[in-house]
Amino acid sequence: MYDFDFERPTTIQDAVEALKAEEAIAFSGGQTLMPTMKQRLAMPSKVVSLTAIDEMKGVRLDGTSLWIGGATTHATVKRELAESYPAMSSLAGRIGDPSVRSRGTIGGSVANNDPSACYPAGTLASKGVIVTDRREIPADEFFQGMFMTALEEGEIVTAVKMQVPERAHYAKFIQPASRFPLTAVYVAKFDDGVRVAVTGASEMGVFRWTEAEEALSSGFDAGAIDGLATPDGADMISDLHGSGDYRAHLVKVMTKRAVAAA
Amino acid sequence: MPKDGGIGTSPKRREDVRFLSGTGRYTDDINLHGQAYAVFVRSDVAHGRLNGIDTEAAADMPGVIRIFTARDFEGCGGVPCGWQITSRDGNVMQEPKHPILAEGKVRHVGDPIAVVVAETLAQARDAAEAVMPDIEDLPAIVDMKAALADDAPKVHDELSSNLCYDWGFVEENREAVDRAIKEAAHVTTLELVNNRMIANPMEPRVAVGDYAAHSDESTLYTTSQNPHVIRLLMGAFVLNIPEHKLRVVAPDVGGGFGTKIFHYAEEAFCTFAAKQLRRPVKWTSTRSEAFMSDAHGRDHVTKIELALDEDNNFTALRTDTHANMGAYLSTFAPSVPTWLHGTLMAGNYKTPLVYVNVKAVFTNTVPVDAYRGAGRPEATYQLERIVDKAARELGVDPIALRRQNFITEFPYQTPVAVQYDTGDYHATMDKLLDIADHAGFEARAEESRKKGKLRGFGISHYIEACGIAPSNLVGQLGARAGLYESATVRVNATGSISVMTGSHSHGQGHETTFAQVIAEMIGIDADQVDIVHGDTARTPMGMGTYGSRSIAVGGSAMVRAAEKVINKAKKIAAHLMEASEGDIELKDGQFTVAGTDKSVAWGDVTLAAYVPHNYPLEEIEPGLEETAFYDPANFTYPSGGYGCEVEVDSETGLVEVVGFAAADDFGNVINPMIVEGQVHGGLAQGIGQALWENCAYDADGQLLSASYMDYAMPRSTDLPMFKVDHSCVTPCTHNPLGVKGCGEAGAIGSPPAVVNAVLDALNRGGIAVDHIDMPLSPARVWAAMQGAGANLGAAQPAARSEDTAGGRSVGTP
Repeated sequence: MYDFDFERPTTIQDAVEALKAEEAIAFSGGQTLMPTMKQRLAMPSKVVSLTAIDEMKGVRLDGTSLWIGGATTHATVKRELAESYPAMSSLAGRIGDPSVRSRGTIGGSVANNDPSACYPAGTLASKGVIVTDRREIPADEFFQGMFMTALEEGEIVTAVKMQVPERAHYAKFIQPASRFPLTAVYVAKFDDGVRVAVTGASEMGVFRWTEAEEALSSGFDAGAIDGLATPDGADMISDLHGSGDYRAHLVKVMTKRAVAAA
Repeated sequence: MPKDGGIGTSPKRREDVRFLSGTGRYTDDINLHGQAYAVFVRSDVAHGRLNGIDTEAAADMPGVIRIFTARDFEGCGGVPCGWQITSRDGNVMQEPKHPILAEGKVRHVGDPIAVVVAETLAQARDAAEAVMPDIEDLPAIVDMKAALADDAPKVHDELSSNLCYDWGFVEENREAVDRAIKEAAHVTTLELVNNRMIANPMEPRVAVGDYAAHSDESTLYTTSQNPHVIRLLMGAFVLNIPEHKLRVVAPDVGGGFGTKIFHYAEEAFCTFAAKQLRRPVKWTSTRSEAFMSDAHGRDHVTKIELALDEDNNFTALRTDTHANMGAYLSTFAPSVPTWLHGTLMAGNYKTPLVYVNVKAVFTNTVPVDAYRGAGRPEATYQLERIVDKAARELGVDPIALRRQNFITEFPYQTPVAVQYDTGDYHATMDKLLDIADHAGFEARAEESRKKGKLRGFGISHYIEACGIAPSNLVGQLGARAGLYESATVRVNATGSISVMTGSHSHGQGHETTFAQVIAEMIGIDADQVDIVHGDTARTPMGMGTYGSRSIAVGGSAMVRAAEKVINKAKKIAAHLMEASEGDIELKDGQFTVAGTDKSVAWGDVTLAAYVPHNYPLEEIEPGLEETAFYDPANFTYPSGGYGCEVEVDSETGLVEVVGFAAADDFGNVINPMIVEGQVHGGLAQGIGQALWENCAYDADGQLLSASYMDYAMPRSTDLPMFKVDHSCVTPCTHNPLGVKGCGEAGAIGSPPAVVNAVLDALNRGGIAVDHIDMPLSPARVWAAMQGAGANLGAAQPAARSEDTAGGRSVGTP
């Protein structure tokens, strides 16, 4: 790790100010940033911790409208949504291990947009809106490709808003080493349609499988997926742990499983 | 009445108190006054010409004491190899120099180029980044078969080719084997890959060098399984330090699995630099460094053919193996694919003719050497896969086919040099089928079918050669060391005992088990016995721990030394009781005279030995301390039957191990609980190899599985509760304890059981698949189910490096 300055502001406004410094970086749970820094692969001049900002913490539910503070840990989401949104609680409860879940945050996860992260899929499927210090960005516009988001320089994810669907499930197939999703599918059924968000599979990061959404919107049944063509493996990640074709196949299998379990 | 101590009981491991309470003393816990820190600059390319190293900027950075390059090691030797193999043509193997720091070329990712020594670790790291090697890329040699092509680039320019040796065994049988295969009623053929492993001990390697100018003595603290071997190799062959001026200490060591047997450049560096700089120098491997500098394991590609007659008796076996040596010869690398592998190719079977050919190949990869089992897992995997494949081809029961060909009479002279002294393979097979509830399998398979899963049962029956081994034999086979073991039993005046053993414990629990043996022999409490190991200044010359040899060889040395002590103590007791020495008996810590009620306590005799007022000084010397060196007459031959039950998800290819049973014959057992723990650990590593672990390089020689993000370690939640039994006992016939060793069995016997189980599941489910190469990842199982061929012929899967980078590797921003 290289030397850096450290700040731990208590308000969003102070955090935004602190992040104006050259090569400053926001630190939420640090579950990606810390290993990266330890490996000397990142050299921020200043690390601005968001962990002391109370207005960025907590889970609030108003009818079916859900607000999760950006600095809320996975463990908290798991606990708070156990009754009101079990599918999202289950997603949070299956990220990493207890130590990761007690540190890692939803804001950090969506801001990083790792192509194999869990929250981008859950957020995208749950009609998510990313709230920042300066605007609100629909999830459909926020996630722009592998590790790419709509965030501007110094912009902080302060909260994630979602809609709680009628039925939902997150079907995750893990990569054996990292335990990140090799391919995972979040299916959410709303009264006006179905959303299917896929993570771990695509070279472009999280995406919505629209063919499946259409098929499921006219009949929410796993059998509706059978007739669909498997997504094109050429667009999928191919690595040590699985070919593009395998991931494409898993998209279909995991979608069916998510629907069946929703 | 059950015993409450001694041999055959299960006291808890005394060393665990310090390990579990954070009070262990590992090498990284050693910090010496004035210590400086070393950071290695390593090659990030697999193969390149090193045209120069610019150290100027780095040398001026804060805290830098000195920067070392190959030039500083002129006059020193390279890292030596401890085993020489002779090729079929009578020539000895090609043995390239393995410099401490790269000379002229870099030959694998991680090859050390320079070392920065600085006041602090952070300063050393900063300066190491400023060292600028000028490397001209050369084409990387990764694939073993391509490496042997006439026009292949050479890893070592001074060698005639990338072939280290071409070994035939037993060469005299070659034509007879060829003929038997030609005339066979049936021949089963299989090509398979034994995947490359990274040992990943919990504790990374560490070295601390120290030099005492007043006595001209060098000390190396290191994470080693065999400090005396390191002292001999490093002192005599690398640094020219006489042994009496060199001390090597291997304190608590957090797991070895073979990879800490070998002498590494970092050890020689720290010892050398400490003397040069006149201050202690410490190096602690990062986990990333461990992936690219610890010796790897396995990495064989084999074609095996099994010939059977019309009654399904095995008539001949022929194998053709390419064994990856990596870029340099690690300490015992040449022995692994040869004597530790070829001699086991008879397995449990009375196959009369066996011929093994091994071509060892240099590639631009990390050196490969012994890893838990070393050669024997490779042999077992081939045999237990080919027997299963033969059974499927012939439509016979794989268990019956094994039984039909089992060796049943002992001693048994194999056609591959070794002679099995004892064993009972039907007994372990029976026991396995019992504890695995094989009879209930069909019912369980039906339950799985109802859940939509494919269930399979796979079996493997292994033999291994442990307790390595008779020195005169291994000498004939090319070993450049003896393989005895030593022990000193020092009895203190008050009767407590310190045993200085040449064996080394890095997780095995010797401090508990060795004490149990002494307690049993003398009849005192085990807590009166201390086991000292891991320090050349405190223990007699010992060869260390590997090849499941500690209790069989080290334990035997200790027994021999204790017998000498007891014999002398009996003389003293006879004197004290004015009786004839022949009438003295030792039981429960009391010496008695047969047929009388006379007795004298152990402590009285030991006190007399050191306060010899009433003592037969004219006959024997005072004191009570004896040393023994034990050189075994033969290897030991543990064997056993392993059964694996899996469920395969036919939609995803995911394999779940739902049951695993192991019935081992380890001979006599000192501490059943520790033996069970050793088997558990071995099984986890063997199942890990079969399903998850894989060290992979891309075509450019970049290490793809360079962190835990891509190298899949087994976890407890991946494994079922094991059923382990070692009640089948045929004691070793040639060592005093009748023990065989248990450390590697789990890793040797389990991989083929797992693979056989998966193939059984698929074939029962109507999916005809002959073979899948390890690890049987979901992607590979699924691909095989779609009709893809196994990854024949290639040591490593062809994966593109850019494909695997991605966000799953730690550190990608």
